[in-house]
Amino acid sequence: MSTSIATHDHAHAHEQPSPGTPEYDAQPLLLHQFADRGQQKLSSILAMWAFLATEVMFFGGLILAFIIYRALYHKDFVDAARHLSIAWGGFNTVVLLGSSLTMAMAVRASQLGERKQLVRYLIMTMGLGTIFLGVKGIEWTTDYKHHLVPGFNFHWEGPPGGAHHDSPAAAEVAAAPADPLETPGLVNPETEADYNKEYARADNGQRAQMFFVLYFFMTGLHGIHMIIGIGVVGVMCWLSWRGWMSGCGATQIEVTGLYWHFVDIVWVFLYPLLYLINIHYP
Amino acid sequence: MNTTEAHDQHIMSVRANLMVFGILLGLMALTVLMALIDLGPLGVPVAMAIATAKAVLILLYFMHVKFSNPLVWLFSAAAFVWLFVLVSITLCDYLSRDWLTILGK
Repeated sequence: MSTSIATHDHAHAHEQPSPGTPEYDAQPLLLHQFADRGQQKLSSILAMWAFLATEVMFFGGLILAFIIYRALYHKDFVDAARHLSIAWGGFNTVVLLGSSLTMAMAVRASQLGERKQLVRYLIMTMGLGTIFLGVKGIEWTTDYKHHLVPGFNFHWEGPPGGAHHDSPAAAEVAAAPADPLETPGLVNPETEADYNKEYARADNGQRAQMFFVLYFFMTGLHGIHMIIGIGVVGVMCWLSWRGWMSGCGATQIEVTGLYWHFVDIVWVFLYPLLYLINIHYP
Repeated sequence: MNTTEAHDQHIMSVRANLMVFGILLGLMALTVLMALIDLGPLGVPVAMAIATAKAVLILLYFMHVKFSNPLVWLFSAAAFVWLFVLVSITLCDYLSRDWLTILGK
């Protein structure tokens, strides 16, 4: 079975089981273009990390947009975020962290060659991911009922519990009817008083709508990644159960784990940005 | 470690996995508590710091970066370097034109 380009030195040879033994079969198959299994695994892991770097930029663009708009429309964003349920978001965070744990345990099982345990942990990971999506569905349905979906039925009536104004003068300006032809935008006011006046102007809920545009895009994109992740984990689960991958598929499971943990990290940032930062008025 | 190895044969114990999970849950509780207290302009940096701590834990332990080849460290760090460049230079642009009035408002 040795190739004509057998450059790996024989100092390694005594560590490797000889072909034909069960120990040899339990190892991952070494494809001919790689010098050794370490290099083979490293190339798979680096490839997934390169992809994850692009994903960081994908979400990063939306997060940057959120940062800019939050700074511009700070009060409206707090009003808008008050419609979100911190409890559901917190529950979802715990569910996702748990799914990361079960995924890490699945990777561990694949490294130890324990197939039954591996399949069990992959199923648990899928289950927790599905619970996350279910809760997201509940949240989105609630938002739909409260007329908070931009483009569909958005109708802004202020934060739950009534509007908050910095001062009586601001309340007066906000109460003035909004000119439907004039949209608020970036302003360069000369003084702070001008800024406050401009900002307090009523706007038919367009600033708050911006929050929900970003909210639905960020959580929607994250949800799409979750659905894909659950699908991939499902495929890996099926293949592991059938024993299709050599060496218990340690590399394949680890690479799947990298994707899953990344989706969890994105949510770890999304939860405080969307739900928690907006409890107190700045 | 051999430069072509993906990582050393370190397999995390069940206890280590559970401990990392426990710390993650603790940080999650901490971030909710911190959000309930009115920290003023410190609110955002504190929340982001806790979220970063959670992300670093997941990166190092669950994603095995801690036990990995230096090339893996480089790739994972590079991802966040570019994100940092995106956010910081854009904010520099906005702030230098005084298009945002973030702090203290």
